[in-house]
Order: sequence, then C-alpha cells, then structure tokens
Amino acid sequence: MSKHAPSQAGIVGGVHQAMRHDSAVGHVTGGALYIDDIPMTPNTLHAALVLSEKAHAAILEIDIEAALALEGVVAVYTAGDIPGRNQIGPIQSDEPALADGLVEHIGQPIAIVIAATLDQARAGVKRVSVAYDERPAILSIEEALAADQMVSAKPVMARGDVTAALEAAPHRLQGEFRNGGQDHFYLEGQVALAIPGEASGQAGEMLIHSSTQHPTEVQHGAAHVLGRPFAAITVQVRRMGGAFGGKESQATIIGALAALGAAKTGRPVKLRLPRDDDMVATGKRHPFLFRYDVGFDGQGRIHGLDLMLAANGGHVADLTAPVLTRALCHADNCYYIPALKFSGAPCKTNTVSNTAFRGFGGPQGMLAIEGVIDRIAAHLGVPNEDIRRANYYDWEGARTVTPYGMAVEDNIIDRVNAELEAAADWDAWREEIDAFNASNPVLKKGLARMPIKFGISFNRPTLNQAGALVHVYTDGSVHLNHGGTEMGQGLYQKVAQVAAEGFQIDIGNVHISATATDKVPNTSATAASSGSDLNGMAALNAVEQIKTRMAAVAADLFDAPVDEILFAENRIFAGNRSIPFPDLAQKCWERRVSLSAVGYYKTPGLTWDFKNNTGAPFYYFTYGAAASEVAIDTLTGECRVLRTEIVQDCGSSLNPAIDLGQIEGAFVQGMGWLTCEELWWDAGGRLRTHGPSTYKIPGSRDVPPIFNTRILTDAANPKPTIFRSKAIGEPPFMLAISVWLAIKDAVASLAGPEARRHTHVELDAPATPERILAAVNRLRGAMPAAAE
Amino acid sequence: MPTVSMTVNGQAVTGDIEARTLLVEYLRENLRLTGTHVGCDTSQCGACVVHVDGKSVKACTMLAAQAEGSDVLTIEGLADGDDLHPMQEAFRNNHGLQCGFCTPGMVMSAVDLLNHNKNPSEGEIREWLEGNICRCTGYHNIVKSIQEAATKM
Repeated sequence: MSKHAPSQAGIVGGVHQAMRHDSAVGHVTGGALYIDDIPMTPNTLHAALVLSEKAHAAILEIDIEAALALEGVVAVYTAGDIPGRNQIGPIQSDEPALADGLVEHIGQPIAIVIAATLDQARAGVKRVSVAYDERPAILSIEEALAADQMVSAKPVMARGDVTAALEAAPHRLQGEFRNGGQDHFYLEGQVALAIPGEASGQAGEMLIHSSTQHPTEVQHGAAHVLGRPFAAITVQVRRMGGAFGGKESQATIIGALAALGAAKTGRPVKLRLPRDDDMVATGKRHPFLFRYDVGFDGQGRIHGLDLMLAANGGHVADLTAPVLTRALCHADNCYYIPALKFSGAPCKTNTVSNTAFRGFGGPQGMLAIEGVIDRIAAHLGVPNEDIRRANYYDWEGARTVTPYGMAVEDNIIDRVNAELEAAADWDAWREEIDAFNASNPVLKKGLARMPIKFGISFNRPTLNQAGALVHVYTDGSVHLNHGGTEMGQGLYQKVAQVAAEGFQIDIGNVHISATATDKVPNTSATAASSGSDLNGMAALNAVEQIKTRMAAVAADLFDAPVDEILFAENRIFAGNRSIPFPDLAQKCWERRVSLSAVGYYKTPGLTWDFKNNTGAPFYYFTYGAAASEVAIDTLTGECRVLRTEIVQDCGSSLNPAIDLGQIEGAFVQGMGWLTCEELWWDAGGRLRTHGPSTYKIPGSRDVPPIFNTRILTDAANPKPTIFRSKAIGEPPFMLAISVWLAIKDAVASLAGPEARRHTHVELDAPATPERILAAVNRLRGAMPAAAE
Repeated sequence: MPTVSMTVNGQAVTGDIEARTLLVEYLRENLRLTGTHVGCDTSQCGACVVHVDGKSVKACTMLAAQAEGSDVLTIEGLADGDDLHPMQEAFRNNHGLQCGFCTPGMVMSAVDLLNHNKNPSEGEIREWLEGNICRCTGYHNIVKSIQEAATKM
C-alpha cells in the first residue's frame, strides 16, 4: 500500500483514445496468423469442392471413381455421405451443404474431394463427372417477378392511403432503375480447418478454425451436418482477413464441409477456396430493381410514394428476408413520407444466393429514395438540396415518424449538413464546377451531396444480445473474451479499451483472445455495425461484476466504506491510501474471492412486428453527410472521383483512429459498388467476372485525390451506449451515393447551364464507363442539335 | 524431385521440391514463412509480394526453382530483431492496415519503391501500388504510411 491520491494521470489505452490496431505489429511483421497459417499436424488432409456446371438441373449421376483412382485422393463425399442433416440455411431450411439431386446455380457445391495435398484435391475435382438433366433457369429479377418465384414471403410496409395521396398530389412521376450486386472481395478467401477430437462414450468432438463472422452459425451448421449436439462442436476464430458480411452466413458451408471431411476420415481437413471458386460459389450483395410512383407538390414535398424494391435473392433464402427488411427500413433515409407503400420482392433466381454485405439492404433502400429525390428535383428544376430540405424529418410532431412507426428522436441532420457545407465551402465549390463545365466541351464535372441516417441494431430484437468472459489473474493481467469477431474493423481493440477503462488499468495488461463458441455461447453474428455496442457492453458488465467483488476486498483491507473505493491509474484507492491492481487481485485469491465473470448485455426497448413491418427496431440512428466531385469524359464514359468531403457522426468515438479508417474504407467500398465493380453473368447463368482480372475493386489510384474525412465532435450519443459511442461499420458506406448522384449531375451538365437543372439522367448502378457513355448518348440524342 | 537452394532472410536453405512448386508455396509450406499471403491465386492482389535479389516479385507468379541461387527477403526478414523496419513502423503508426491480410505485400512493395525512389510523390506512390489491392482502408492511410517512411529511410 502507498499513500497518495489519484493524480488524474489516467491510464494508457482507455476509451476515446486513438490506439493502434491490437494486431498492428503482427500485421506488419507477418506474425499475425490467419486460418491458412495455422501449423498443421502432418496427417492433415486438404479439400476442394466440385461445383455445379449448370444453373438449374437434376443431378442424374455423380461418378467419383476416376477421382478416387488419383494418387493422393483419400475420399470423395457427396450428399449421401452426410451422417446428419444436409442443411445449413441460417433462417429457412432450404439450403443443402451439398446438392442433393438438384442444382440451382452454377457454382453450387456438389461434392468434396479430400486428398493428401491441395494440388491432389484440386486435381481430383476435375476427375469427378456429374451427369445433369437441365431445366429452364430463371436468371433475372424480371423473370422471377413474372413467374412470382420468391425465396420468402413478400414484405409490405405501408402507411396512409398512398393511392389517394398520389392522385391528389400536384405532381406525379413514375420510373424505374436498378443497382448491381457486389462481391465482398475479402483479401483472405473462405477457409476452415477442422480437427477431430476425442469421442469416448459421448458425441465426437470437433474443433473448427473458421474464418467466420458468425462462429455460432458455423457450429450449428457443422452440428447439423455431422448429426452431433452443438456442445460437441467448437468454432474458433482469432481474426479474418476481411469479411464485410461475406463471412456472416457464407462461412458456414465451408466450416461444415471441412468438418464432414474430418469426421469421415478421422483426420484434420483444411478447405480453402481458390479465389475463382470463392467468387462463383459464395453469395454477394443483392442487386435490386426499383419501381416508383411518387406524388409531390410544387415545393418538392413528397405526399405519397409507392415503391417496389425487388431483390435478386439468388437460389435460396439465406439472409434475403432481413436484407429486404432493412432496405424497406432505409427507403426513407432522412425524409418524412406521409403516405407510402414499400413493397419488397425477394426474387428467387438460378444465380448464387445473395447475402449480407456492409449495409445489408440499407444502401439499396437509400439509393432508391435518393434516385427519386433526384428525379423530383429535375422535374421542378431546383437543386436536389431544396427537395431534401422540404422533406427532412422534423424534431417533433407527426413528421418525425418513420414508415415503420418509430419516431426519430435523435435527429442531427441539420447539424451534419451545416458542418459539411462549411467544411466544403459548398457554394464556391458549385460555382467552380459550373465554371469548369462552361469552358470544357468534352470533360464534364458533376457535384452532389447527400445525408444519411442509418438505424442501429439488428432488425430482429432477439439478435441484439451479447456475452463476454473476463478473468483477472493473480499477477493482475486480464484475459478478455467476447462473442464479437475481428475482421480488421478494430473491434478487439475497442473492447480491450473498454475493459482497460473499466478496470482503470493500462491496456497492455488486457490480453485479447480468440472468439470461441466454448467461451461465449449462443452469439449473434458480428454484423449490423453492432459489434462494439453489444460486445463492449457485455465486457463492461463482466468487468463491473469483478470490480464489485474486488472493491469489497479493498474496503475490508483499508477498513473503509466500499463506496469510497476507487479504481484509478492501475491502483485501487481509498482516499490517499492505495494498492496496485495486481496486489489486490492476489489478495482476492487469498480470500477465496472469484476473479472471473460472464458478462451479458441486451439492447433495451427494441420491438419488431414481422407481419406488419412496424415497431422500434433501432436503438438509435447514426448520421453523416458527404459531397463528391467527379469528372467524366463524354467521349469515352471514363469517370474519376476528384474530391470527397465527409462529416460523419460517431457519437463519442471509442477510438477515433479506428473510426476514421472505417469511414474512409467504407466510402471507397461504396464507391466501388456504384462505379467500377460489375458482376456480369452470361446468358447461361455463368459468372464471367470471377477474379480480380475481370472484377475491378477500387485501386490506389481510384480514390479521390482530395479526400477529407471529419468525425463530428461533441456528439455524444443521447442513448446510454458503450461510453456514448455510436456504431460506425456500415453507415459511411452509403455516403458513396454522393458519387452516383455527382455522375448524374455531370451528365446532366451537357444540357447547358440552365437546362441542366431540368434534366434528369437515368443511370443504373454501377455507373461503369459503358453506362455513363450510354447516358451521355441518350441525352445528346434527346437534345435539339443547336443545344450542343 | 529437384533440389533448390537459395538464401531466405539471410539464411541458406535447400529443399527437395516438385518442379512446379511456386515460390509462395515453398516459403509458406516448406519454410513455414506464412507472413507471405495468398489472396487471389492469380498474381493480381499483391498479398504475396516478396523481394528476390532486391526486387519486389509476386511469389505466386514465380516458381521456387526460378529463385535458385537468389537472395529472397520476406516480410519476416524485414525487421532487425525486435526493431521494426521504418516501413513497418510507419504502417503501424499511421493505421495503414485493418484486417492486415494485404499488409505484408503492401509493406514489401513499398520498401522496393523507396529503394528505387527515395522521395516519391503521392501520385508515384499510388501508381506503384496498382498491383497491391486493399479492401479495407481505402488506401488513404497506406499512402500516408509510405510518405512517412520516405522521411525516415
């Protein structure tokens, strides 16, 4: 014990500090281990998948003899070899691990080849021959709509009498447009390593190292396939090399099939998909088709909106239903719409099942309403911003209520907009663009801005729970574990900062450990931007339990009332007397006081009515705004983003350095979705952009040369979230819609300085050079010759 | 099986390998140097960049046999014991990483750039990185890291 009061010196690595990523040294030295880097025992086998060559066909026969005859091939397993249930669907039971008599997309796994080496397994795949009886394939949203072929029920969100509102409105417009899908292109592809364990009088154990955002779902999928209880399966993941939603449900099939191979052969099996297989066999962002009928007045105020959002769900339900729900919940963005009908169509097609991807339907919903706003503005001949201003949610009264019935109570749209306008010097910027366009006949610039409001929490209230496991050892070191997974977003570091802050110890004493289903069970996916909100609170809950016990021991030691005990600066104080944290841990052990706790958290106040699509599904909203400048070449359609300015709400950021990285990365990813990333299927349903040679994600030269990101300051979350921070993983993705709008603005400028305002440009996403050039040519074709 | 001999991170190594073994396979599987990553299998993403005789090379593009007699440097050999190389330190310092999977290739590629061009412009850095893909960061902090390293190398 020593005598001095806390000095306010604080600790290293508490919350709100710009700490580096916990694995930064491992990343730069190559010491950070990914699944493919885990040392394997010499008897480990390698696996590769036989994938369907047909979009829709009955499987008549699978001939594996030639494969089995190859050197090194140990086994080939098909659906009939699955000892348990051939079922890995996350919500609906419609997704086999291995095709059973029927294939529904090119790339669907049919068999797994297990061999001594990876080369031998991949060679074996080529020797498996499958006989098909082809059936007609439905490959587009339109065909699925015509056939009314859906993967799940069609959701409707409605308010008021939209028909009457549309008929009575002074102006009315109809139209349609669409967005494309997006491959996640995580740099580390899908991979799992399954290691069989002991089976002595009980169900055989299986350890699966899986690159997954959802260890619990891999656990469930593997348990179903093996016919074993969940308790026998342990799934572990220390880090992923990127995920972005692509490893929320899509990792399950990989983990389950590796486990199948390991269970059947009794040896460890690693399954790592080569990039081409990864891109054809696993799901992507949903392409959407939007059809709208909007009624509004002369000020651009929307009276009614009838909006259809049809998603290409692919061959099975997977997560399409909740993706569509989130799209419906974001088709208002920041705008009050008095009468509305949002109709979702989860189309079933013979393409790979689409899945979670950063924003989870939110980007598509927002793209829809921003496209409608853009159209209204052109119709009335006023800037988009005027239309937005006429429609923003109010701070009180009826015009705060969202289409799903929840009031927006934390509205800071005006503040975010004002800060963006000031930071970007908006009016001068607009003049600069117009001046450029007046003197350049070939290159045209465009400028646009837009705000976002993104709902935080999983739509399904059940999923908004989390657990943590915290141990304090007698040397004062702390073992931290929680149900959240690390995919590069810095969650582990943020939660470690929470634990350090809670105990008031330097973060160097907090040991981060791999997420594992045997430490924290029944977890939700690390998704919906909720990782730090949920797991941070669960960890803090565990820390508080241990602190309460430690404080009682300290009170006894100091003979002081327990409410005078203070944790600060790596010590525990009672007035000016104190004891180092490790010494108190040792004293607790000596007095037989437990230094371990399970933490738990559930987000309060959430409701959701699945039938009517109403309720209060979000704990709060995260806001932001962006402005982007682009230049297009009207002869080639080539496009460059020249400048982007961002203001993003992070609440009281847990770690501003990590959040800044999330904002920049999300924006660039969103830009890719809306510009250069094009998934292209041929008429037979074969993906022809299945590697980085043909599928273009943004490169180092594609990002805006001027790129300024600001985190909104003094913006504590009004809701008592973890240290008043806000979720940030997904929201900035949608700021990239400013780029799509700016491209439309650039094309419209061809009409001339005055006519520009009255020109609406139809432009589907992604706005590839091909589509931009087509839009330019359409506009030129429609213009009187003299205008050019 | 042919035998290959080379120097990797300053140490002489010899191994019997199949003739078609890629350099990246030899490094990862035979030598257990797993910091060199396989991202795309097709020489596009740059996660596997190492130095061969001082030049950055995508290790999935090259046969191990082609490195016979060469001096190979991987990410594991860049630091001087516990002292990080200035490029590693700059990436760490400037948050030039998120998931970390592209990082070893980025760092090795960036070191090669500065070995040839002590003071590259931002445009030169961005052009040099064309062969290295990052899906997390938006490249902003990667470019910043290389600019900082340029002042220290």
